[in-house]
Amino acid sequence: MEKFTKMTGIVVPMDRANVDTDAIIPKQFLKSIKRSGFGPNLFDEWRYLDHGEPGMDNSQRNINPDFVLNFPRYQGGQILIARKNFGCGSSREHAPWALEDYGFRVIIAPSYADIFFNNSFKNGMLPIILSEALVDQLFNEVEAEEGYRLTVDLEQQAIIKPDGGVIEFEVDEFRKHCLLNGLDDIGLTLQHIDDIKVYEEKRKSEAPWLFK
Amino acid sequence: MAKTLYDKLWQDHVVRMDEDGTALLYIDRHLVHEVTSPQAFEGLRLAGRKPWRVETIMASPDHNVPTTDRSQGISDEVSRIQVETLDQNCDDFGINEFKMDDIRQGIVHVIGPEEGASLPGMTVVCGDSHTSTHGAFGALAFGIGTSEVEHVLATQCLIQKKSRNMLIKVNGSVAEGITGKDIVLAIIGKIGTAGGTGYAIEFGGQAIQELSVEGRMSLCNMAIEAGARAGMVAVDDVTIDYVKGRPYAPDGQDWDKAVAYWKTLHSDEGAIFDAVVEIDACDIQPQVTWGTSPEMVVTVIDKVPDPAAETDPVKQEGMMRALEYMGLQANTPIADIAPDKVFIGSCTNSRIEDLRAAASIAKGRKVADNIKLAMVVPGSGLVKQQAEQEGLDKIFIEAGFEWREPGCSMCLAMNADRLEPGERCASTSNRNFEGRQGQGGRTHLVSPAMAAAAAVTGHFVDIRDLE
Repeated sequence: MEKFTKMTGIVVPMDRANVDTDAIIPKQFLKSIKRSGFGPNLFDEWRYLDHGEPGMDNSQRNINPDFVLNFPRYQGGQILIARKNFGCGSSREHAPWALEDYGFRVIIAPSYADIFFNNSFKNGMLPIILSEALVDQLFNEVEAEEGYRLTVDLEQQAIIKPDGGVIEFEVDEFRKHCLLNGLDDIGLTLQHIDDIKVYEEKRKSEAPWLFK
Repeated sequence: MAKTLYDKLWQDHVVRMDEDGTALLYIDRHLVHEVTSPQAFEGLRLAGRKPWRVETIMASPDHNVPTTDRSQGISDEVSRIQVETLDQNCDDFGINEFKMDDIRQGIVHVIGPEEGASLPGMTVVCGDSHTSTHGAFGALAFGIGTSEVEHVLATQCLIQKKSRNMLIKVNGSVAEGITGKDIVLAIIGKIGTAGGTGYAIEFGGQAIQELSVEGRMSLCNMAIEAGARAGMVAVDDVTIDYVKGRPYAPDGQDWDKAVAYWKTLHSDEGAIFDAVVEIDACDIQPQVTWGTSPEMVVTVIDKVPDPAAETDPVKQEGMMRALEYMGLQANTPIADIAPDKVFIGSCTNSRIEDLRAAASIAKGRKVADNIKLAMVVPGSGLVKQQAEQEGLDKIFIEAGFEWREPGCSMCLAMNADRLEPGERCASTSNRNFEGRQGQGGRTHLVSPAMAAAAAVTGHFVDIRDLE
């Protein structure tokens, strides 16, 4: 997994609540057996006016000029700000894969769906939770100022605004440690092979039917 | 100290725990389908790893499979490759898979319980959010992402933090014709799609105890639509009777030992929940969603809500967007809405009781002229076989429904079954998101009997008014 330490990027405002994973990456793109290449189809049904299918040349498609991701001022966006319950719906990890492949490394929202939140950390992305009031304030600032950028410093757990203002955020210690060091969960778990085997022996005597 | 059901299930599966509460949780059953597993198997291969306990895995292709004649295979090349990749991965690693031509093939959340592979007291995971279904057995069951699928394959464990406890208590009995689907839609309407975020939900109360195991599965299936990764119901005799004699259920001495353990799987008297929601069962009417989120739900006797009455501006904006997408006017009576298609199926409602309920409405009636397609998609080959033994297929076909092969089908339209732009569907599935059943498609979530009633009358109707 790619490390996440500190980054500065263009902020894109996604002003909708309950953005679901079907919207983030529609089902037809889930047929891929790869982990990459989902970026051009991120938010496909909102981003393009025509119907997208896997294998299409997306540069030839009819883009929706009213969709925020297509605004010239937000090109190259790396930080997405969103409303509550972002990423609700299915467990598809294709959703964070698509966001990451497009170029987003940070999402800022008042709340997330649990599975999406969890999946994001496993792909070197940082989903940050801020209060609705702070998120509102960021929406206002982004929309007021073209080229608005934020710096996100994971080590310091701080968002630095263009005017120098600092917003602190909370992050789970374990997840922070994994992101800062680019650690793979499986490698970490396999350090505990002995514990797993001890558990299995104990469980086998208590609940033998689970081991047949 | 008194424990909740979730506390017990959690505690029995903790392998180790760090000081900050990050735990390694042991997984008993891993269900696998073709969409969320290929990248996990690829990761496993690249690292030179093998499944830790291959016998805990059960696989079946469900999302991409055609529901029409399968003798020619899958015509869509991308779908075909994904199913073949699952077959290859299962063959390579020695995983028990019910392939497309196996009578036991079906939606993973239907076949796990059907085979007795989802048992009380287990941890059950799958790369699919509707894994919460298996909580109906008093199991801890939840959906995971593909990285976690690989993690379970490689280690038999997951890195997890404990959720908070929520009890949703449905007091009293529901009226006749009110199903687990209506109960869960009413709950989501009350607590919202994020109401259960961060919680494991236990459903309790008389109305839940009175549900069949299949009704409990429909209920727990949609816990995720209320934001909770896991939903569950305490074990009782109904659960144990359902499990007994199934192919992968324990037998002999193991059975007795298992039952003794399973009988402890309920919340203790006086257990503390972080949140409690109480609902009166007698208030629950047949539910119909009107918008693009499962929380946008009313009863069949209501009207489409008016955004003008909403005070929260973000909510109001969402309602207006939903009405526009759904092609609906505020204050339209739900009973005046006419679907173009009807879909009976999905991991929520494709089990034998669902098909019986739909068939009881379809019997002796005809699909209305304005309905372009009414389809019934059983959840598994064995459900299909059972339904055919009971003659349900004939009832449906005589009424003008199409009788299909098992799979996820038009719940998410990854195969050829889908809505065209602007088409409206009465659907027994679980999500009414924009584009879920096909780009531009408009979904109304209902119970199986309500879907069948919409098919034969051509509009939504209170099933209790049908004689």
